[in-house]
Amino acid sequence: MASPLSAGTPAPEFSLHSTPDQSVALGDFRGRPVILAFYPADWSPVCSDQMALYNEILLEFNRFGAELLGISVDGIWCHLAFAHDRKLRFPLLADFEPKGAVARQYNVYRDHEGTSERALFVLDGGGVIRWSYCSPVGVNPGADGILRALEALQPKPNR
Amino acid sequence: MTTSGEAPALSPPVGARDHAQGPASAPLTLVEYGDFECPHCGRAHPVVKGVQKHFGARLRFVFRNFPMATIHPHAERAAEAAEAAASHGRFWEMHDTLFEHQGALDDRHLETYAEAIGLDRERFLRELRDGAHAGRVREDFLGGIRSGVNGTPTFFINGRRHDASWDAATLTAALEAELAPR
Repeated sequence: MASPLSAGTPAPEFSLHSTPDQSVALGDFRGRPVILAFYPADWSPVCSDQMALYNEILLEFNRFGAELLGISVDGIWCHLAFAHDRKLRFPLLADFEPKGAVARQYNVYRDHEGTSERALFVLDGGGVIRWSYCSPVGVNPGADGILRALEALQPKPNR
Repeated sequence: MTTSGEAPALSPPVGARDHAQGPASAPLTLVEYGDFECPHCGRAHPVVKGVQKHFGARLRFVFRNFPMATIHPHAERAAEAAEAAASHGRFWEMHDTLFEHQGALDDRHLETYAEAIGLDRERFLRELRDGAHAGRVREDFLGGIRSGVNGTPTFFINGRRHDASWDAATLTAALEAELAPR
């Protein structure tokens, strides 16, 4: 398994299509935590469960002001159909051309399969990776790790 | 730090607020996070029944709600209906009924089930309408996320997430292994 860029590393900047005529740049979210969820493919059973799970947890992510971005090498039309079918309420970004370029930057590309790993990154408002995790491809990593990482970003209350 | 994939512990642990079948002193506690509209949970239902029969008083079974409301439009109401039944002391009757009628979980059917298991119809409808048990369902859901629930059904055996398959043979073997002396 690849070892994803680790905590303390500035997150590589990128700009990817979220719809045929709109792009999302990582820098757009500066000042807020960002969750990057790389996954191998739209439609495959584990990914679908994982994305469906995150869709249910968006409210919790939002409590931390965090933005969730799903990323795979699927093309934008595939993403649109998948997001529509699963009623996803967060953007799916197409790491499609050049294929997997962003996954490679984060060191979570699987050369053999031509897809990304199932990998999670939590970035702080300054664009620095604060937590990363690479799951076995067949295992849905859940969301507890993401929530603990978001909590750790919170300023400690002064009492 | 890049953390390992160590599954977190069941949180909160099984306690008085839970719906449980079997003795609290049982050496085995099986917790299911489930969704009444989820077809996988529907298939797991008879598996759990079989496991309960097999282990008898050695097993305590606990059910917690984890409605995946976006993909299962009736799951949240069904969970609230089960909690409403619980407030009448009839949780398990409703739990079983819902899993046995997964294709008919709209409000009209929920009302029918409530009457069939002897709930006060007016009170049941009022509680459902007011979302009286929505908070409880949400608590279960959030606890599930914290515990590493990653889809439905997710099982925990004595507080640890069971990541292997939940077919009858695998689940039984995992529970037997827990009983074996170490």
